[in-house]
Amino acid sequence: MTHERLVTMIRQATKDVFATMLGIELEDHPEYLGVTAPGPSEGVLAIVGLAGAWAGSGSFSCSALMAQKISGQLLMQEYSAIDDDVLDAIGEVTNMVLGNVKTVLEEELGPMGLSIPTVIYGRNFTTRNVGKSQWTVVPFQCIGEVVEVHLCLEPGKELSAKISVAQQQVPAILTMLG
Amino acid sequence: MSLDVMIVDDSAAIRKILHRVLIQADVPLGKVIEAGDGQEALDKLKSAMVGLILSDINMPNMDGLQLLGALKTQEATKAIPIIMVTTEGSSAKVMEAVSLGASGYVRKPFTAEQIKEKLAGLI
Repeated sequence: MTHERLVTMIRQATKDVFATMLGIELEDHPEYLGVTAPGPSEGVLAIVGLAGAWAGSGSFSCSALMAQKISGQLLMQEYSAIDDDVLDAIGEVTNMVLGNVKTVLEEELGPMGLSIPTVIYGRNFTTRNVGKSQWTVVPFQCIGEVVEVHLCLEPGKELSAKISVAQQQVPAILTMLG
Repeated sequence: MSLDVMIVDDSAAIRKILHRVLIQADVPLGKVIEAGDGQEALDKLKSAMVGLILSDINMPNMDGLQLLGALKTQEATKAIPIIMVTTEGSSAKVMEAVSLGASGYVRKPFTAEQIKEKLAGLI
């Protein structure tokens, strides 16, 4: 699964969710590959886990003010602070975005599970993942601010073992052919 | 005649949105009962019967497909129309829901019109 394919899936799913559920048209910002777990140091961050032949994590992040705006659009009421409604709304937006990415991924990678979202709100926090996974980071311009969707996906243990065996067999096959 | 409806979703946001859509759809609403997962839905149905259920699939404790299976095997609840409203969009999940007896399947994100269309055939 390439970074470019993931970017295409994330862009489509995120724009679809925002246009359909929030009435917000997102604009693209340049995507990039992050070598450590990306994310803001403050604001709202929602994370879901993906599991299957490929596994990983996905997240959505935005400022506290943007979280209030998004929740207001979703629930048709104004929010002046981060409360349970706002955290729940951002969790659900994340669930919809990455759930739709998962549906497209399943066509190529087989069945996957999606965890219940975990939503974090605070200031001066750090996120990181164990290991050296690369993250596909897809930012969008959203009502004057930037929001980001992050996705890290790697072959699961079983698939990794098969790939490892296959990689070990390639030199042997090449030697036989040589 | 009013229609009592149960909305099952672990997201309070989605429960609010679906409640709003039901009002917009001019459904002659009676009671609207909310549940955060399948088990809570089953528990609440012991004391209050409804004429329609809208249910998510991915939920803690008991998911929507388990709830659907349980309701369709109980005499008292097997005739209740159940519409799945979920991010789960794979054809395998849709087929599973249909085979268990779901009356409709709506993928999130959804428009109010999509929900109304599904309701039109049932009410």
